[in-house]
Amino acid sequence: MLVSQESKRGEWPIFSIVAFCLLIVVPLLNLVPGEESFFHFSDFHINLLGKYLAFAILALGIDLIWGYTGILSLGHGVFFGLGAYCMGMHLMLQIGDRSVYGSALPDFMVWNRVTELPLFWKPFSSFLFTSGAVIFVPMLVAAIFGFFAFRSRIRGVYFAIITQAFALSIWLLFNRNELNLGGTNGLTDFKILLGFELSDPDTVRGLYIVTVIALIGAYLFCRWLVRSRLGKVLVAIRDHENRLRYSGYSPAAFKLLVFVISAGLAGLAGALYVPQVGIITPSQMGVLPSIEMVLWVAVGGRGALYGAVIGAVGVNWARSYLTTNFPDIWLYFLGGLFVAVVVLFPNGIVGLIEQAQRWVGRIFKSRSTDELAESKERSVP
Amino acid sequence: MVEKKTVKCRKLIGVCVMVIVLLPMASFAQIPVHSDSAFPVPPLIASYISALASDDRVIQKEAIIALGMTGDAQILSFLEEYRVGSLYIWTRPDGQQILVLGGDETTQDDEAVVPLVSPYGLANMLQVDGGILYVSLDAVEEVRPDRRLRRVVKKQIDSLRNQINLMDSRANVRRSAAMDIGFSDDPAAIPLLEKYLLLERDKWVRVALDTAINLLKITDNDPTVRVTAIIRLGELRGEEAVPALMLVIDGSEDEGIEPDFDETVRAAAVTALKSIEGWAFYARTVQTIFRGLSLSSILLLMALGLAIVFGLMGVINMAHGELMMLGAYATFVVQHIFLAYFPQSAFDYYFLVALPVAFLVAGAFGLAIERGVIRFLYGRPLETLLVTWGIGLILQQAVRQVFGAANVDVSSPSWLSGGAQVMVGVFIPYNRLFIIGLTIFCVIATYLFLFRTNTGLKIRAVTQNREMSACLGIRTGHIDALTFAFGAGVAGLAGAALSQVGNVGPDLGQNYIVDSFMVVVTGGVGKLSGTIAAALGIGSLNKFLEPMLGAVYGKVFILGLVILFLQWRPSGFFPAKGRGLETK
Amino acid sequence: MTDRGSIIYVENLTVSFDGFKALDALSFFMDYGELRLVIGPNGAGKTTLLDVICGKVKPDNGRVIFGRDADISTYREHEIAQLGVGRKFQTPSIYLHHTVRENLELSLDQDKSVWAMLFRQLSSTERDRLDEILAMIGLAEKPHQIAASLSHGEKQWLEIGMVMAQDAQLLLIDEPVAGMTDYETEQTGLLLQAIAKERSVLVIEHDMQFVRQIANKVSVLHEGRLLCEGSVDEVQNNEQVMEIYLGRG
Repeated sequence: MLVSQESKRGEWPIFSIVAFCLLIVVPLLNLVPGEESFFHFSDFHINLLGKYLAFAILALGIDLIWGYTGILSLGHGVFFGLGAYCMGMHLMLQIGDRSVYGSALPDFMVWNRVTELPLFWKPFSSFLFTSGAVIFVPMLVAAIFGFFAFRSRIRGVYFAIITQAFALSIWLLFNRNELNLGGTNGLTDFKILLGFELSDPDTVRGLYIVTVIALIGAYLFCRWLVRSRLGKVLVAIRDHENRLRYSGYSPAAFKLLVFVISAGLAGLAGALYVPQVGIITPSQMGVLPSIEMVLWVAVGGRGALYGAVIGAVGVNWARSYLTTNFPDIWLYFLGGLFVAVVVLFPNGIVGLIEQAQRWVGRIFKSRSTDELAESKERSVP
Repeated sequence: MVEKKTVKCRKLIGVCVMVIVLLPMASFAQIPVHSDSAFPVPPLIASYISALASDDRVIQKEAIIALGMTGDAQILSFLEEYRVGSLYIWTRPDGQQILVLGGDETTQDDEAVVPLVSPYGLANMLQVDGGILYVSLDAVEEVRPDRRLRRVVKKQIDSLRNQINLMDSRANVRRSAAMDIGFSDDPAAIPLLEKYLLLERDKWVRVALDTAINLLKITDNDPTVRVTAIIRLGELRGEEAVPALMLVIDGSEDEGIEPDFDETVRAAAVTALKSIEGWAFYARTVQTIFRGLSLSSILLLMALGLAIVFGLMGVINMAHGELMMLGAYATFVVQHIFLAYFPQSAFDYYFLVALPVAFLVAGAFGLAIERGVIRFLYGRPLETLLVTWGIGLILQQAVRQVFGAANVDVSSPSWLSGGAQVMVGVFIPYNRLFIIGLTIFCVIATYLFLFRTNTGLKIRAVTQNREMSACLGIRTGHIDALTFAFGAGVAGLAGAALSQVGNVGPDLGQNYIVDSFMVVVTGGVGKLSGTIAAALGIGSLNKFLEPMLGAVYGKVFILGLVILFLQWRPSGFFPAKGRGLETK
Repeated sequence: MTDRGSIIYVENLTVSFDGFKALDALSFFMDYGELRLVIGPNGAGKTTLLDVICGKVKPDNGRVIFGRDADISTYREHEIAQLGVGRKFQTPSIYLHHTVRENLELSLDQDKSVWAMLFRQLSSTERDRLDEILAMIGLAEKPHQIAASLSHGEKQWLEIGMVMAQDAQLLLIDEPVAGMTDYETEQTGLLLQAIAKERSVLVIEHDMQFVRQIANKVSVLHEGRLLCEGSVDEVQNNEQVMEIYLGRG
């Protein structure tokens, strides 16, 4: 039913080609051809693609926890948001006295009559600290939440609902001004990162390249993880958690690890998202964005890492396109996608690709191993 | 304090003196009041109005106060006109000057004119031929109160309005009028209040009158009167008396009021304050319990349909919130139909029609959702969660396009507005009471439906063993559809109920869905008693924590508690223990 | 009884579900190296007994002593499994999306911590052990087949193989031959007897022919209590046993 084995043939060539295109070709197309050229890849689009690829990192994390381990988390918006806010705080402090009020404090603090930088903001003036925090803060929160949830064997729909309530609570909290994180308006008006002007096209390209490198790293890491023996345990948890327990495993430890890793990936995605988009508000971490993130993976095809990447880029591209051109349609499309992907294409785009491969194979009468396995499956009474 | 009291006394004496003085003055006032109307002007009132044209501000002021004391509804209208400056001295063609009110200015033959209106009764003055009498603005002279006088007028208008409201047929209007007078610092009103106290039948208006009288007596010159008043306020236990009592004890630096110089008065005030505060704590507790009960009933009503669908069918219906929204919009539409096609007198009954309509509309949508999508997904709860979320988004957007993104206005029928005062400091709104009743009705109806009807038996049979039920000839498809539609219908009822206490907008469902699910999860699946217990627990805890932590932190705290609770009881309050080897 | 004492000893065990007593002060023990069959009508508490031993159900009352260990009734499932209790469920409980070999590999007696699973590779002895078990359960031809595509009988054997791979001292096996063909049933009997040479095996079964094939000692449960114990013939001639089976039709 679910795609558990990625097709092994031809994986490395495809991976290399895609990585090469994203990492080398796209930036070159941005840099070399003139703006009128057909081959020119505009700054706007490179920024947009960078945003989608940041989302793809998050989708990899969701695929680990949901696609492979079978745990549906509806709270990943929180981890994404935590990473994003950590990076946002650093960027806020970088603005310095170029802010509207000309104060060293972020504008919203001046507005809220905060006179001194709150203690928890101070370490974020260091980039080194921030780059650790964007991953470790979400991981820590996930570890605490996951410890209690998995310890008491909250799972399945219960876990989904609890994480949704978690997303709602954190969203409510971040909307409060007294948290000193900008309230409803969030953090914005960023100017520079490590001395580079964020509005400079070179910085945009640089951020894009960093995102691609992070995505490749995240992909390889996830791939190593799911191919390891631990990956087999994860799939076993999805298939039959109780069986695993009576075989002497403690599924809670594995689930916690994967939940924490996936939270870290979400945080990393958030941190890469913020400088490219220039704003982070609580509305990015609420109930609705969290469940939408799950949809990316469902559309791409859960249980296949490249499916998560395809889904994240595809759905977000559709979102950009539809909300600009047909804003009234977008929610119908999104809702319809939820229904269609579950009822009609449970294996998402990856499932469709594999099916197409089988059809092609059948036409050429070459009985692939896939087909052999499938025919055996059918023979089971 | 002493100083203030003196001022007040002087004022009181002043009024009496002036009334006596003005009486003879009225007889030789140069400018009479126009009295050509259906309401003959009582001579005394006519003399007060005439005095407004005087050059002496003291006379003007005392005249205004005297007018304020009349308690006459006609004077209220007159004073309001006077305040905005439309009192005129009109020199008639025969040379005689009279006092009149002017209406809205217009132009006739390029000349600014005003229609003339009689000061008492506000009737248009007529020409000989019966037409409305307009005169040129040049022919009239404005009698305009200056700023200080306008302030006096304002005060008298308020006082008059309160006096008139004391005679209103509605008890709550009389109550708030009495309290207003009580806060007015005007001891002259005491006799009036005492008169109404003798006549008043309604218990809570009597309490208000009594409180008002004693609040006014608290500034009396005689310490024994003050002590008696304070003791009475203590007995009445109304929290309204607290600021006044605090003034007696501590005074107020801002307003330059010193504490009462008499120690026995202060001691009495301390005792009274203690009694009031003790009662207030008790009243607040009762009120909190009621609020908790009210919230619990709303949560339960919302969670009931969810619990049915989740417990009996294993379906997570994330579109439940949107089904509630549809119920609320159904109520809105029914209300509009009543406004448009039925007589005004029938409007109060619209809600009784809206309830079954909301049930049917949401039920029909539920039926469509089940037959269209859910039936392909039994045994895959996580999949149903995603699908129903998507359906919810579509419904939301559809409603947004049909009815607009803004909230719509659903007004309560008169029998659901207002409420009952059950004790001092505890007020229970009827709409909340109604929802509690509706919830109890729904729970009992659900119970009877599931456990006392043939259909309910079949539903439970399908829940326990689908294949076996199918073998026994139960059409499981029909039963599934029916169960889901029933759950959806209950959501519609919840939506109709919510329309009476909250906003109705396209995102109504989103605001409630997470809370409802928390109730279901905490309650455990498969047993209504668990859902009831969870709703009561979460609802009352919420209202208990809210005053201490605020709404947001309260909610976060409760989520934490629910997670901790699940450590102790992973399957909720009353888990359905089974012998089956469940896998997921 | 051997001088090594009992491998499992339950004492005064009571379990109730919503007022229904599935086990009623049951006491029961089994020797090392024994192959024991437990029979009884539906609702006798057979499966519940296995559930309590492997930690799935916590008893209301009573103790479970495993080998020389203390009372394990409060332990968590994976702790009990690590002590050496293996459980095969009535319906095949395997990892459907893994291959046959992966199913066995996951069950191997090994360090089952998170870190070990991340970094440790299988040793050659462990790989040999997997091949050995594959041969024993008759799936040597199909190590790389996805478990979902096995036949019902093969799934049952695979699960028995998983319990073997776990290297458990005590195997709890619930109705292994339900739904099997006669040939499969016989093979299963042989398999269980082979296993019982090295370990203690507790089997629940309804199929009396199968019971006769493999059992030397049978325990009869009825309404949560131990009715009688003995050889197959002794049990079959016991009047009480005849009454509960025949009396109920």
